[in-house]
Amino acid sequence: WSVCMYLHPPASNSIKTSKYNFFTFLPLNLFEQFQRIANAYFLFLLILQLIPQISSLPWFTTVVPLVLVLAVSGVKDAIDDFVRFVSLSCTLDFTLHSSLMPSVSVCVQADLLLLSSSEPHSLVYIETAELDGETNLKVKQALTVTAELGEDLQKLTDFNGEVKCEAPNNKLDNFTGTLALRGEKYALDNEKMLLRGCTIRNTEWCFGLVIYAGPDTKLMQNSGRTTFKRTSIDRLMNVLVLMIFAFLALMCLILAIGNGIWESDKGYNFQVYLPWAEDVTSAPLSAFLMFWSYVIILNTVVPISLYVSVEIIRLGNSFYIDWDRKMYYPLNDTPAQARTTTLNEELGQIKYIFSDKTGTLTQNIMCFNKCSINGKSYGDVYDQSGQRIEINENTEKVDFSYNQLADPKFAFYDHSLVEAVKLNDVPTHRFFRLLSLCHTVMPEEKKEGNLVYQAQSPDEGALVTAARNFGFVFRARTPETITVVEMGETKIYKLLAILDFNNVRKRMSVIVRSPEGDLTLYCKGADTILYELLHSSCESLKEETTEHLNEFAGEGLRTLVVAYKNLDEEYFQDWIKRHHEASTALEGREDKLSEIYEEIEKDLMLLGATAIEDKLQDGVPQTIETLAKASIKIWVLTGDKQETAMNIGYSCNLLYDDMADVFVIEGSTSEDVLNELRNARKKMKPDSFLDSDEINIQIEKSSKNPKLLPDEQANGVYGLVINGHSLAYALEGNLELELVRTACMCKVVICCRVTPLQKAQVVELVKKYKKAVTLAIGDGANDVSMIKTAHIGVGISGQEGMQAVLSSDFSFAQFRYLQRLLLVHGRWSYIRMCKFLKYFFYKNFAFTLVHFWYGFFSGFSAQTVYDQWFITLYNLAYTSLPVLGMSLFDQDVDDRWSLLFPQLYVPGQENLYFNKTVFIKCMLQGIYSSLILFFIPYGAMYNTMRSDGKAIADYQSFALMAQTCLLIVVSVQIGLDTSYWTVVNQFFIWGSLSVYFAITFTMYSDGMYLILPASFPFVGTARNTLSQPNVWLAIFLSIALCVLPVVGFRFLKALLRPTASDKVRRNFSNARPHRCKRLRRTSTRRSGYAFSHQHGFGALIMSGRNMRPKSPFATTGTFSPNSDKYKHKGL
Amino acid sequence: MKNKKSSASQEAETRPSRCPDNSAFKQQKLPAWKPQLTIASVLSTFFLTGAFCLSVGVSLIVAANSVREIQVDYSDKCSNCSKLRENSSNWNSECLCSINFTLAEDMLGDVFMYYGLQNFYQNHRRYVLSRSDEQLLGRNVDVQNSYCAPFAAYKNGTPMAPCGAIANSMFNDTIDLFYNFNSSVIQVPLLKTGNSWWTDKNVKFRNPDSHNLSAAFAGTARPPYWHKPVYLLDEEDEKNNGYINDDFIIWMRVSAFATFKNLYRRISRKGQFTDGLPAGNYTFHISYNFPVTKFKGKKYVILSTMVWSGGSNPFLGIAYLVCGAAATLTGFIITAIHLKLRKKKTYFQRR
Repeated sequence: WSVCMYLHPPASNSIKTSKYNFFTFLPLNLFEQFQRIANAYFLFLLILQLIPQISSLPWFTTVVPLVLVLAVSGVKDAIDDFVRFVSLSCTLDFTLHSSLMPSVSVCVQADLLLLSSSEPHSLVYIETAELDGETNLKVKQALTVTAELGEDLQKLTDFNGEVKCEAPNNKLDNFTGTLALRGEKYALDNEKMLLRGCTIRNTEWCFGLVIYAGPDTKLMQNSGRTTFKRTSIDRLMNVLVLMIFAFLALMCLILAIGNGIWESDKGYNFQVYLPWAEDVTSAPLSAFLMFWSYVIILNTVVPISLYVSVEIIRLGNSFYIDWDRKMYYPLNDTPAQARTTTLNEELGQIKYIFSDKTGTLTQNIMCFNKCSINGKSYGDVYDQSGQRIEINENTEKVDFSYNQLADPKFAFYDHSLVEAVKLNDVPTHRFFRLLSLCHTVMPEEKKEGNLVYQAQSPDEGALVTAARNFGFVFRARTPETITVVEMGETKIYKLLAILDFNNVRKRMSVIVRSPEGDLTLYCKGADTILYELLHSSCESLKEETTEHLNEFAGEGLRTLVVAYKNLDEEYFQDWIKRHHEASTALEGREDKLSEIYEEIEKDLMLLGATAIEDKLQDGVPQTIETLAKASIKIWVLTGDKQETAMNIGYSCNLLYDDMADVFVIEGSTSEDVLNELRNARKKMKPDSFLDSDEINIQIEKSSKNPKLLPDEQANGVYGLVINGHSLAYALEGNLELELVRTACMCKVVICCRVTPLQKAQVVELVKKYKKAVTLAIGDGANDVSMIKTAHIGVGISGQEGMQAVLSSDFSFAQFRYLQRLLLVHGRWSYIRMCKFLKYFFYKNFAFTLVHFWYGFFSGFSAQTVYDQWFITLYNLAYTSLPVLGMSLFDQDVDDRWSLLFPQLYVPGQENLYFNKTVFIKCMLQGIYSSLILFFIPYGAMYNTMRSDGKAIADYQSFALMAQTCLLIVVSVQIGLDTSYWTVVNQFFIWGSLSVYFAITFTMYSDGMYLILPASFPFVGTARNTLSQPNVWLAIFLSIALCVLPVVGFRFLKALLRPTASDKVRRNFSNARPHRCKRLRRTSTRRSGYAFSHQHGFGALIMSGRNMRPKSPFATTGTFSPNSDKYKHKGL
Repeated sequence: MKNKKSSASQEAETRPSRCPDNSAFKQQKLPAWKPQLTIASVLSTFFLTGAFCLSVGVSLIVAANSVREIQVDYSDKCSNCSKLRENSSNWNSECLCSINFTLAEDMLGDVFMYYGLQNFYQNHRRYVLSRSDEQLLGRNVDVQNSYCAPFAAYKNGTPMAPCGAIANSMFNDTIDLFYNFNSSVIQVPLLKTGNSWWTDKNVKFRNPDSHNLSAAFAGTARPPYWHKPVYLLDEEDEKNNGYINDDFIIWMRVSAFATFKNLYRRISRKGQFTDGLPAGNYTFHISYNFPVTKFKGKKYVILSTMVWSGGSNPFLGIAYLVCGAAATLTGFIITAIHLKLRKKKTYFQRR
């Protein structure tokens, strides 16, 4: 059990995110809503309408839509706030729960100073994958003075010291402070700190003092600011709305001037019949007032329902993400979730993906997959004809039932290896004996036969587990001995020395004495290093093994070479003496030790090689291939080391050998980095250094303020790997531009050893210089910063940490769902949104501009063409549902085709479906339609009579005719735009038309008139007008003239300049779905050695500090700290 | 630890799976009709529309050409009266004007007499608003609060009935038609009722309830430009008097444009005029009251027959012909482009 107790109240650990309470909701929300420029504008219009001299429309034409819009967005805000409140309560609850209730593995929720723990020497084991993505176990140790406190609650409560420490900062690997206790000062460093986000393992209990809480924790300091995200369509929409305002002002100005002229020319004389309004004394004053009157009438070019409709569409499309069964992960019952409902269409425009590695691309599970023993490769399965078989769930596993201590979760498919073991093949036995001896793993056996290993790195765990299953069971260890059950026979080896791993040596060795008395050194390490240390007799074996290593590396496996050496007794005694001296030396101990290690680790006999699969999440390579085809660039940002990162790069097809080159930037000075970047760019695009290069000119011009850089094309496919410390230089002011130019030319960029903040900086860099939409995907707390920074943040859910998911915009359980999120949901959302905006602007231009033309025929008097009820209901009732139906259901091609042809995604990245040009086109189409819609009824009615001689050219008939024409034309237009007619679409379109006629006939009926004569003066118009054949002829003509050009234009465009989507739809009978093959490539030599940690635990083991003297099952074994490590490895 | 695990599994059993429903709606798999612009559909649209428009256009033009119409600008012809009316102080002096014209052919069928106005902005916003529908419905309303101003009430507070600029500016010329037949002059019988919409006559306009009409309008005054109060608009016919007078109703249905014509009278088809107006010489006798020269307007009197498509307006016919021609032409162009592209494609395929 482990308990973290807050000595300070943890209240400050929460962050207030709920905006409203019950009483403040209405005023605050209204205030907030009127801050939105559109709503403020409509309030202004409403005020204008209350001025009688100006009011050209009754008040309800604005109030009804405004109230409706405010209500809808108010309800949405309330729900959002409530959801946020609920989710926050959950996390708070989680915090308290994990800190006060004992549980098995605890995620630390504040930065703690470790006081004491259950383990010997007050050690605490932690995993920091959430923090930095490293997967190995780390050790923290408390001060001796505080360790004395133990678990005595009384003492702990009485603990009275003073901690002085630095101000909250974002340095994860550094902490300095002092603890003043009983008059003495003790230095505090990072070794004594448990940071928020790390997980405590193998520790029964520990006590800590909260140093930083809530937003002050190092993790939170690293997570960047939470910014309100807006989509590029949002920003474009704001620009367009401003453009429309300008256009509106221009129209009103023209009409106002017209009014001035008309009033002085005609209106002045017409005063006999129509005197000027009371306060209007001159034509210019009338013109001024008329300007505002026209603002009211023409305001529908910026329809208030635009914003609310956009929100509804986004919400609907978010629900589809939540509902998608193909993004539901049954294993941990996790559906995909759209946590932000305002960013959907941006999913269809992603150009850069920034991905975390551990937990996102990989499962963080290591599997012993293949090995090469004495020149023979094991691990592949062949059928009778000698063809290699693809391993899947149905492949027969090797039966380990002969071994009672075998780990049942371990799977291996090649039976020949078991045969070799059973046949007592000497090299094979030696190989597995080495694996069972040469490591720093701690065993744990609570119940007999139920062995659990605590490995410092998952690779080691995988190797020891493999040896265990093949019959070399590592069972227990003491500082001096290792107990191994070899083929059922317990053997105790004397452990004489551990020549520990570090990042320079890239190898580790143990020296053991077998029960028979043989003295042997067993060594495992990176191939590049170990090959230098081999005995010359191993040459031929070395060649064969190299071949196998190449094969393993080609499959992206992490390899280690293993070797052994029999030692001479005398030499060893001499060596151990010198080793002891070196290890007790006061000066240069490290150097001396490595010297002495090197001395004995030579002339080794090669045994073979191991290959460990860092298991990728399902479908990662295929997903990456699909995304690459959609010309999305993928950057991997990982805290892990370069070799591991590159290995994963190869195994998930990010990097491959057909690439023209993979640049590695690892310079440790600013100049080195600059040179490396420049050389890389020179190779990719030599022209880019010429003065005549466009981008150079552009950079010259705007040397001060950063500008967006256009995309540059490299002369091939390149990859770039950059190290954390080089990245730190590259992100500095003057190198930034070099980095972004070089990196963005590469197809793939891998950044290793990066801190959470650097992840955010990289994303920020691309956002700053590229006009591109970015997406960050990750699972851990170390990804929070980039998830928040990128335009879209995606969290991998269903795992331990919640941090990434809580700050993400979308979450799902598997990386492979990303392709569906982008290529299907994103693409559809984008296309739907664009179609919606196009149609919406069109219909309002067509609607509003008719008033403009009518102004020229009605003395510029701000007379409306349509009935005031029609104006009120047009956007709300008559045209809103069909367009909503289209933007919720439309599919130009179905999901299979969008995944099969990822190039369909490209128009979204280029923002081709809705931009200023498209908007201008919509506007022109709207203007054309409005001309038709005004002049056809005008011509048809001018000076005309009905067939019975009665009136038809009256204002009310004209209004009805014009509005009927308009409504039918826009309905036909939405029919043309809809490419996927579901029942709902049919219902909405036909329903809206029927509703129009029903409402019209109702409002123009005798009954309504007799109830409210002033509000429904159009009595009888519908009956008298719509019964006339020439009215319908005029309506048909308007439709034909508005729609036929569109049909012709669209058809010819698809014929002459087909878009990708047109091509797919036209040719989809010819296209055949090609099955994704598993990609195998032989590769050049590459060393991705399987150690994921920096330093070994060797010293700790040899000192015995981490062992406790009791062991229930193994005679001489020890019992190591409790752990549920395996549970978390997914077993 | 074991307890925890088992409780967790129990929890999983009791808790419903979060797996989304497999409904066509939620999975976006609703069955749908996916229309596409195919060459067949596009070409048939264009050619069918073209054919339809051309045939409708031809029949509209044929129909419009069969309409017989006579139009006389009498604000021009009666220039002395026009001048007299320019000065509003002469409002009370009567001015009569006669205009002769000749019908070269018979006007067969129903013949309608219209008055036309040009440059009269009946569609001006403030003009359109300047009425009280409630008052015209015979209800007792305070017209001061309506949009009728400045024609709502006199300074002494007497409300105008009917109020508003529209009513005040009502067309008040009287036009009579005489047929000069063999040196005798026969007045052509004209129908003054049945010229307005049924809904207007029976729903929209009603006189206030009272035992007689003048009592119903007691306490109100005629609009300033009127010569007689509203209950004297037609003294002969009780059902054509007050607010439900056809001339008044027709005037109150404001026109959409500044140039318009309103139905004034229908020729009563009896006696010599059973088949319409025979060819010959005719005279309009006009009592000229309505001033138009002040705002540079014009007045017409029009005699016209009607066909199924209305009057003589040729616009729709021509527009249909143009549209039909354009659609057909576009159809041919699309065919040509399609054939050319297909040739190219098969050429490439063969290679």
